[in-house]
Amino acid sequence: MNPLERAGARPGPAFEVTFDGRPVEALPGRTVAAVLWAAGITSWRTTRGGGRPRGVFCGIGVCFDCLVTVNDRPGQRACLVPARPGDVIRTEEGTGRAH
Amino acid sequence: MSEPLTCDVVVVGAGMAGAACALYAARAGLEVTVVDRGHVAGGTTGAGEGNLLVSDKTPGPELDLALLSTRLWAREARELGAAVEYEAKGGLVVAETPEVLDKLRTFADAQRAAGVTADPVPAGRLHDLEPRLASGLAGAVYYPQDAQVMPALAAAHLLRASGARLLTGREVTRVLRAPDGSVRGVRTDRGDLHAPAVVNAAGTWGGELADRAGVFLPVLPRRGFVLVTEPLPPRIRHKVYAADYVADVASDSAALQTSPVVEATAAGPVLIGASRERVGFDRSLSLPAVRALAAGATRLFPFLSRVRALRTYAGFRPYLPDHLPAIGPDPRAPGLFHACGHEGAGIGLATGTGLLIAQALTGRTPDLDLTPFRPDRFPRPTKETER
Amino acid sequence: MRTDLVVIGAGPAGLAAALAASARGVRVVLVDAAPEPGGQFYRQPAPALRARRPQALHHRWRAWTRLRDGLAASTVRVLTEHHVWCVERESGGLTVHALPGPEQERSVEVRATAVLLATGGYETVLPFPGWTLPGVVTAGGAQAMLKGGLVVPGGTAVVAGTGPLLLPVATALAAAGVPVAALVESTGPRRLLRHAGALAGKLPEGAGYAARLLRHRVPFLARHTVVRAHGASGAGSGGDRLTGVTVAALDEHGSVRPGTERRLPCDTLAVGHGILPHTDLAEGLGCRLGGHAVAVDAEQRTDVPGVWAAGESTGVGGAAHALAEGHIAGRSIAARLRGTAPDPGEWAPAGRVRARMRGAAAALDSAYAPPARWTDRVTDDTVICRCEEVTAGAVREAVSLGAGDTRTVKLLSRAGMGWCQGRMCGPAVAGLTGCASAPSGRLLARPVPLGVLADAHREHEEHRDREVHREHEKHREKEEHRAYEDRTEEGPS
Repeated sequence: MNPLERAGARPGPAFEVTFDGRPVEALPGRTVAAVLWAAGITSWRTTRGGGRPRGVFCGIGVCFDCLVTVNDRPGQRACLVPARPGDVIRTEEGTGRAH
Repeated sequence: MSEPLTCDVVVVGAGMAGAACALYAARAGLEVTVVDRGHVAGGTTGAGEGNLLVSDKTPGPELDLALLSTRLWAREARELGAAVEYEAKGGLVVAETPEVLDKLRTFADAQRAAGVTADPVPAGRLHDLEPRLASGLAGAVYYPQDAQVMPALAAAHLLRASGARLLTGREVTRVLRAPDGSVRGVRTDRGDLHAPAVVNAAGTWGGELADRAGVFLPVLPRRGFVLVTEPLPPRIRHKVYAADYVADVASDSAALQTSPVVEATAAGPVLIGASRERVGFDRSLSLPAVRALAAGATRLFPFLSRVRALRTYAGFRPYLPDHLPAIGPDPRAPGLFHACGHEGAGIGLATGTGLLIAQALTGRTPDLDLTPFRPDRFPRPTKETER
Repeated sequence: MRTDLVVIGAGPAGLAAALAASARGVRVVLVDAAPEPGGQFYRQPAPALRARRPQALHHRWRAWTRLRDGLAASTVRVLTEHHVWCVERESGGLTVHALPGPEQERSVEVRATAVLLATGGYETVLPFPGWTLPGVVTAGGAQAMLKGGLVVPGGTAVVAGTGPLLLPVATALAAAGVPVAALVESTGPRRLLRHAGALAGKLPEGAGYAARLLRHRVPFLARHTVVRAHGASGAGSGGDRLTGVTVAALDEHGSVRPGTERRLPCDTLAVGHGILPHTDLAEGLGCRLGGHAVAVDAEQRTDVPGVWAAGESTGVGGAAHALAEGHIAGRSIAARLRGTAPDPGEWAPAGRVRARMRGAAAALDSAYAPPARWTDRVTDDTVICRCEEVTAGAVREAVSLGAGDTRTVKLLSRAGMGWCQGRMCGPAVAGLTGCASAPSGRLLARPVPLGVLADAHREHEEHRDREVHREHEKHREKEEHRAYEDRTEEGPS
């Protein structure tokens, strides 16, 4: 049984966001991190030193490891930001700001 | 109490000034012990931005010391440059109005006469040097000799290069004096250190240490906040500051003064200074100070408005009433040398200070006249003069 | 906005305090960063997910519904998605500065006579090789994503570390349909038994969790640890991802027993080593701390006038403890705002709970201490500071350069200088260097856009500057007078 069934969730209709250009289905109410997890995506940032992949770590907004670029705004914490229809989510590379 | 250690010179303070004194003293052949009640770079050094500036110095003894120090820093950087994040990035002093630009140019003329390289930059060329600078500025002066280090790393690596014995977590409780008044070492909370010479490189606590040697040196703290941003790609190339900074540095006012000083760091974050206020050793957050810093920085670089500050912290610049450091032997206590009171310029002035101290310690003629830096130039105030 | 009391944090402590104070006529504004009240403990599924049985993934459901209904019936004004970055002391009281989210691009102010800090805590994770791989999350993080987003990160999980949080996380994941390959607890059963007396009756849910672990066939590996996490490139989207962990048994000294290492395939590792209090706002206000927690008196008052603290921020003790402290704080605030001294007799039952739970927390702390030799397993190439990618080798080098406390280690290594400001690596740096673990005095509790600060400067400039100037002049005269007087009076001749 998955958590949605377990909690008897009856969410409204799913909407679409994109992650690095490809469409991802999102349930209303979920954060960007939850949407990406549900789509099997666990990393959406690369570090500015070693270029290593990162995703959710603390899940409550403290660690800033899940930083992501949403609608061209860099440095958003995926675990806090709710996903909205049409969001353009992009992997955040390094500082998240082009040179 | 443990067996007293002996050496040629005890340097009190493991900050930037102490590290430079240790390095040059060791190179002069002296056996050095550095003692600090805290840790390496634990005081003002650890709170600084690492400015190596000639641009903000008025012609006179401090500028001479800055020019000497700048040359020495460049020499040290050949070996230690990468480790201490030395960047000869140059400084850009910008004027927001034509009136300020006039004053700045006059100031730069005088500096040039004293040996500073200072190139006027017309408004139309500002963005070639610094593309993200605000528009509408009147002009600037470019100072290629200005440079930057990461101050804590600089202190640590100069100390390591000195080969001095380092004793941290030990507080000097007294400077030991022989019956004839000469210095014979220090007493610490964990034993005595015997040496014929003691260097006071204790920064903001330099006045307190002088006191423990029985001499008067009125070092007082002048608080400054630094704002540190999120890491950014290299977008600010120089040390950029507003011309009114020079006036604030020299000011005697106790009230809060802020003039923007903005610089990128090798690690990515942008550092924003510089507030000045005399409020004792109060480290708690002053929102008016950090707001003013942010306002000044975003005025120079509008793109910073959307950049986030990750932290802010206070540091305390050790200053003496005439805004010059105390450098050299103390005639009131033979064997005691001072290397403190550099206010906000201690990182930049450290190398010159270290060299001059080493020369004084070994009886050589110092490269600069030490008279303006004499530590006994402040008479001990009496109750009457205070009232 | 102006009110009598701002409660910061809508978890158990904040909710209990807000309800107790507002029931006594206090005007209360309750501020929280999350979209819904509840805090970490009572975190709810997002309303738009329309969960009809949210209680299936929660415990203490009845306590929550009482608080929720109480809040709905009260006059408490709730500001959700408000990220408090600073509490400022001013002559007229206290000003709470918050960034409304999720954009966090402007700041709002709430002025109050009293502030309660109910800021809760966050999880500590001690590093090990591979802990930065995607798929490795904190135990609390896995739980938060599950409770709030009704989502799990992958196929098979291992839950590891130490502490009372691991049991509920393992059972919640299992209940949500995730196969849990093992619960790896570094504390040994004998040690837990030794503390059983102190713990008995204080963790009534403990036995229930154990039964559920059995029901879900979750193997419990006591006195074991995760030695290393393994990844494979391309296993996740866009990069490496966890593929398994090596676990090993520990001997009585905390060292790995040779020959006991074995590999458990998994794509999720939920790991935690205890909870640390959030004390940034208290530090910014200048409140005295005791260790890592805000120091409070019997009424939950800090040493800063007008500032109270309750819940995990005063020391980690669990939800019951937080509820009791919040209740006491709310009653104390109501009395003090009326200008009267509160009668502790009125909160005697809560006082007893508080005393009992503090005892339990101390027992838990000593029972669930992290394994003694954990630093032995941290190789020099292991990243310690996740933000600045500072390795254990660089942290150790800082010590050889003369760093002797966590601040100078940070200065010489950059560990703790990044986005999280050392919240994640602080305990690890302390452990690796042997420096005392100390709160690091973050004056900004959250990142703040420079534009927000600059705008405030311009707004305040005109009517504030004159006043500030006058105050500083006065202060300076006093300071200078004192400084010179000290020298003239105490200086030896």
